[in-house]
Amino acid sequence: MSRTPRFGVLRFPGSNCDQDAYHVIKDILNCDVNYLWHAEPDLKGSDVIVVPGGFSYGDYLRCGAVARFAPVMEEVRKHADRGGIVVGICNGFQILCEAHMLPGALVRNSNCKFICRHVKVRVENSNTPFTAQYSKGFVAKLPIAHGEGCYVADEEILAELESSQRVIFRYTSSSNNDDDGNPNGSLNNIAGICNEGRNVLGMMPHPERACNPLLGSADGLPLFNSLVLAKQAAGR
Amino acid sequence: MQRVKVLVTLKPSLLDAQGKVVQDGLHALGYDNVESVRIGKVVELNLTDGTVNVQEQVREMCQRFLANTVIENYDIEVLN
Repeated sequence: MSRTPRFGVLRFPGSNCDQDAYHVIKDILNCDVNYLWHAEPDLKGSDVIVVPGGFSYGDYLRCGAVARFAPVMEEVRKHADRGGIVVGICNGFQILCEAHMLPGALVRNSNCKFICRHVKVRVENSNTPFTAQYSKGFVAKLPIAHGEGCYVADEEILAELESSQRVIFRYTSSSNNDDDGNPNGSLNNIAGICNEGRNVLGMMPHPERACNPLLGSADGLPLFNSLVLAKQAAGR
Repeated sequence: MQRVKVLVTLKPSLLDAQGKVVQDGLHALGYDNVESVRIGKVVELNLTDGTVNVQEQVREMCQRFLANTVIENYDIEVLN
């Protein structure tokens, strides 16, 4: 029998990490999961929404700019407004920024290259539904695969993110030098942030591709376990 | 038909990584006098005849969709 919570994985034309997320949720977490097609404004009773990586609508105009207007996104916004959990990974992070569900934006990597490799990210806040199963300060090895992952926001927003502990993941290096570990030029070495309500997360690294040691790292799994436990605790 | 050209550029406060690469390329070709390069996007719109408040409508399109005002500026040019 499947465990709760029930997950929904969004699917846009051009999504390409939807199957990875589905696999982790179904086969590793053993939770209920549905694909949610972009054109259908129906979350199928999902408790947790995953906005996966890829190149939604070809990433034309700007990454995530078109996906933001998909019929399913209106429901995702309502879900988040109700306090429901939403996790945007890579292109999902870009979409959530375009939808103004998270502040700031993601622009072209400072070296103009598409970067596909493992990076080190430090868990900056473990007091969230996304990271409770990590210890604060844990350095996770996670893959990135993006051309537009450079996080930017104005100084006021950056200060607000920092002071309210909403920077959830920060790039770092094996010698704990954050600037050295920053692959894409992100301001404040930001790899992932959450919204004010702490129920919407956006991150460029791919935890769903790091849930099995055979794939080089299982450091993404605590994020998914955190979501399960957060939802079960909330449901009691 | 009414033609409108929209120019979308990264805000000056942001590093334009593409512009920097092109600047380096121009320097490599010997154009040492190029001090900076910024790269943007041009969106050409053809609107049906009789569209009223063209400027206003296109500004709304820019605000809602054509530009991300967190990172970009836009310029609207009504061509005829």
